[in-house]
Amino acid sequence: MSSRRPAGLRPVWLAAGVLTVLVSVVLGLAFGSVSLPPGGVAVEMLNLIPGVRLNSGLTEREVAILTQLRLPRVVLGLIVGAMLAMAGAAYQGAFRNPLADPHLLGVAAGAGLAVTVVIVLGATAKGGTTELPIGVPMAGFAGALGAVALTWLLGAAGGRDRSPATLILAGVAVSAFLSAAQTYLLQRHVESLREVYSWLLGRLATAGWHDVLVVLPYAVITAAIVLAHRRELDVLTVGDAEATSLGLHPERSRYLLILAASLGSAAAVSVSGLIGFVGIIVPHTLRLLAGPSYRGLLPLSMLFGAAFLALTDLLARTMGGEAEIPIGVITAFLGAPFFVLVLRTSRAAPV
Amino acid sequence: MSAIEVAGLTVRLDDKVIVDRVDLDVASGEWVTVIGPNGAGKSTALRAIGGLLPFGGTVRWHGQAVDTMHRRERAKAVAMVLQSPVVPPAMRVFDYVLLGRTPYVPPLGRESAADLAAAEEVLAALDLTPFAGRRLDKISGGERQRVFLARALAQGAGILLLDEPTSALDIGHQQEVLELVDRLRAERGLTVLATMHDLTTAGEYADRMVLLAGGRVVAAGTPGEVLTEDNLAAHYRVKVRIIPGDHGPLVVAVRG
Repeated sequence: MSSRRPAGLRPVWLAAGVLTVLVSVVLGLAFGSVSLPPGGVAVEMLNLIPGVRLNSGLTEREVAILTQLRLPRVVLGLIVGAMLAMAGAAYQGAFRNPLADPHLLGVAAGAGLAVTVVIVLGATAKGGTTELPIGVPMAGFAGALGAVALTWLLGAAGGRDRSPATLILAGVAVSAFLSAAQTYLLQRHVESLREVYSWLLGRLATAGWHDVLVVLPYAVITAAIVLAHRRELDVLTVGDAEATSLGLHPERSRYLLILAASLGSAAAVSVSGLIGFVGIIVPHTLRLLAGPSYRGLLPLSMLFGAAFLALTDLLARTMGGEAEIPIGVITAFLGAPFFVLVLRTSRAAPV
Repeated sequence: MSAIEVAGLTVRLDDKVIVDRVDLDVASGEWVTVIGPNGAGKSTALRAIGGLLPFGGTVRWHGQAVDTMHRRERAKAVAMVLQSPVVPPAMRVFDYVLLGRTPYVPPLGRESAADLAAAEEVLAALDLTPFAGRRLDKISGGERQRVFLARALAQGAGILLLDEPTSALDIGHQQEVLELVDRLRAERGLTVLATMHDLTTAGEYADRMVLLAGGRVVAAGTPGEVLTEDNLAAHYRVKVRIIPGDHGPLVVAVRG
C-alpha cells in the first residue's frame, strides 16, 4: 500500500560515496614525489584482488612504491578519515549539538599532553633525535581515553542530572586543564617543541602496514557499534523523554555511542596526531546534501570522510614541494571558514 | 476493568514532593482531564503515570503494574504527546510519524511493510497525507499538532496521555484537535488522560475531571461537580462565574 520509503541510505548516495573513495584512492596513489599514470595505478589496484593478473604498464620499482609506500599511507588516511567523520556525526547525534566534534570530551587535549610527556622524557633520555619515540601512538591513545574518563567522572560528580550539557562543560574544563599542563611542560622543555608540534599538527607518514593494523580493530568495533545505533540516533532527535516513551533507553544508547566514538577517535589520534575539523566538515556537508537522517548520514560520513582525508593528505604531500605540510594545517584551513559558514547557515544545517 | 489505576502516586523532584498520594482511575474508553493551577503537579503526575519518571505508589495499565513492564511493552500500551514536543530540524512528516513505530522495530532492524502501512493509515485518518513529504519544521502549528498526535497514534497504543495538547493553538485549532481526539477515541476505543489549562474547553470534552492543587487531588467527578465557583475560588484564587453550557459548564473569570 505504501509507496513512501523511510528515511535512510539512498542507493545513489551510497554509489557516489563508494566512487569518491575509489577516485581518492587512485589519485592518492598516483601522485606524490614520483607521479604515476592513474590508469596504471587503477589496474595495479585490481591486481591486488586474488586471481586477477592484468598488465598495468608500471615498472617493478613503481609497483613497489605503490604497494609498499603509498598504499599503507592512503589506507591509513581512509581509516582515520572515516573514524573522525563518523565519530563527529555520532557525537552530534548523541549530544544533539551541531558543534560537537570528536575532540569535545578531551580526546585532543589528553592525547596532546600524553604525547608531550613521552617526547619530553624520550628526548631527555636519549639526548634528542629526530625520530618520534616508539611509545607515541600508545601514549596518545592512553591520554585520549584517560581524558575522556576524567571528563566522564567530573561530569558525573558535578551534575546531578548527568545531562549532555554537563558532560560538554566537563570536557571543556578537562581540556583547558590538560592543555595548560601541556603548555607548561613545553615551556620547560623548549628543545622538544618541534617534535611535539610535528605530532600535534597531524601526519600520516607511516612505515608500512604497522599503524593500519594497530588502528583497524578499533575502527571495526567503533563502526559496528555506531552503525548499529543509526536508527536510534534518529529517534533521539525528538529528545530523551519522548525517546523513552517510544520504548528506548536514551541514556544507555547515548553513553554507548559516546564511548564508541571516543574509542574510535582516540585510536585515530594515536596514529595520525591531531587532525581537526573532519568530524564537523564532513557530516554537516552531508546533512545539507543528503538529508538529516542518521541512517544515511553515518555510513556516508565514513565514506566521504575517508575520501576527504585521503585527498587532504595528497595535498599535504604535494603542495609544499620537498617539505610536507602537516595535514592538520590543511584541514584547519578548510575547516575554519567552513565552520563559520555552518554557523551562519545553521538554520539550514539541521542536526 | 479500568484502563488506568493510580493509587498513592507520589513523585519527588530534588526531595520536594511534587505529587502527593494521588489516586485516580480511568475506565476503558473514558476521557479524564486533570486540571489545576500552575505548579499543581499536573504534568509531573502525567509523566509519572506514563512511566517517564520514578514514583512511589502504584500505577497499573489494564491491570499490569508499569514498573514490571519492559520499555517496549510500555510503548505499545501507552502513547504520550508531551507539551511542546521537540521538532527535529528538516525531518519529513512521514519519517516523524514513522518514529511512532519504534517499539515494533526490532533492535538492529528496520521498519516492516506493516509499519509503513500503519503510518500511512494514521496520516490518512488525520487528513495529513498531503503533508507526508513536507518538513515538520516548515508546517503550521495546527498541522504540526496533528502530526504529533499522528505519531502517538502510530504507536498503536490503547491509552493516550496528552499533556496540554492545545496550549500552543488558537481557539479554532484547539477545537479542531480536541474534536479529532474525541472522534479517534470513539473509532479506536482509546482511553484518554489529559492535562489542560483552559477550564471551559477541558470541561466540554472530559467525561470526568480531577482537580489537583499542591500535588493533591482536591476535587474529582463530572465537569459539573468539579467546575464550581467554590472549588475554583479556593484553589485558583479567582472569582468566576459558572454558566451552564450545552457540553458542560462555561467558566468565566470576573474581576473581584
